[in-house]
Amino acid sequence: MRFDVKVEVRPRAGIADPEGATVGKALRALGFEGVGDSTTVHVGKLIEFDLEAPDVPTARDRVDAMCHTLLTNPVIEDYSFEVIPADSGSGD
Amino acid sequence: MAPLIGVVEFPGTNCERDVAHVLEILGGRAEILWHGESSVKGADAIVIPGGFAHGDYLRAGAIARFSPVMTAVAEFARGGGPVLGICNGFQVLTEAGLLPGALHKNSGLRFLCQEVALEVVGTDNIIGSRLEPGRVLHIPINHFEGSYVCSHDTLRNITESGQIVLRYVDNPNGSVGSIAAVANIEGNVVGMMPHPERASDVLLGSTDGIDVLGSLIDCLAGDTEPTPVDQGH
Repeated sequence: MRFDVKVEVRPRAGIADPEGATVGKALRALGFEGVGDSTTVHVGKLIEFDLEAPDVPTARDRVDAMCHTLLTNPVIEDYSFEVIPADSGSGD
Repeated sequence: MAPLIGVVEFPGTNCERDVAHVLEILGGRAEILWHGESSVKGADAIVIPGGFAHGDYLRAGAIARFSPVMTAVAEFARGGGPVLGICNGFQVLTEAGLLPGALHKNSGLRFLCQEVALEVVGTDNIIGSRLEPGRVLHIPINHFEGSYVCSHDTLRNITESGQIVLRYVDNPNGSVGSIAAVANIEGNVVGMMPHPERASDVLLGSTDGIDVLGSLIDCLAGDTEPTPVDQGH
């Protein structure tokens, strides 16, 4: 099976995120209302790739191992990911 | 024979010649160690110099830690071999798990290139023999991701066990505890954000870096045959 994988990496909760804080300030300075205080704004990264794997659990295990090994640094980052079968929902 | 120091070069490293030059002034023999090497080639110490290893893609040091030479460097470090990481080299050592913590974007989101004042904290490590706690060193920094980060538990542990090597007198980048350099618990692995090789000649405005790199040479001189160490100039 082929999967579309999307890994979201974000600054770990409690770690200073100067980039997020600056973006939050800029949004408020531009007059966008309702944006939470600067501690709620975070800038992370999105890592996308195709993955060939026999089934969903195997694909998830592989992606989790990739996150641990290379894609994230647990001291400063948290992550979550989606593993979407590439041929699902072909009628949509 | 003078001690041999392997100076690691990854694609994107750019301080290896400066570091090698200063180590040779200090009486060592420096050999550039390409990242594709599978051994440390008999080196008595390893320095991982600054730069942008593998373009700093993904995170600074994240790709470099998987370069073949790093397996050999990790084994050398675990066997007690002296390993010093400078700037990008510090980032590589934290990513490799050889030092606690991580280096994050500077709190002011600015690339900092300036001389800073550093207080010597712990000297029970490979760069401590010519330093005394409380002494203030003037050495340049040159980084965007130099804000030292670690958990509360790690901070307590490294503080209690004397692993904090240098602190910024005036914290320029938001580092936890103003930490500019840390050691592992054994003291044979040290990472520092400031560049001692850039403070090694009166022409550069400071010679304090000589005492940092000179300490590394001193601890090797003890391991091999006694080597007269030039105080540098």
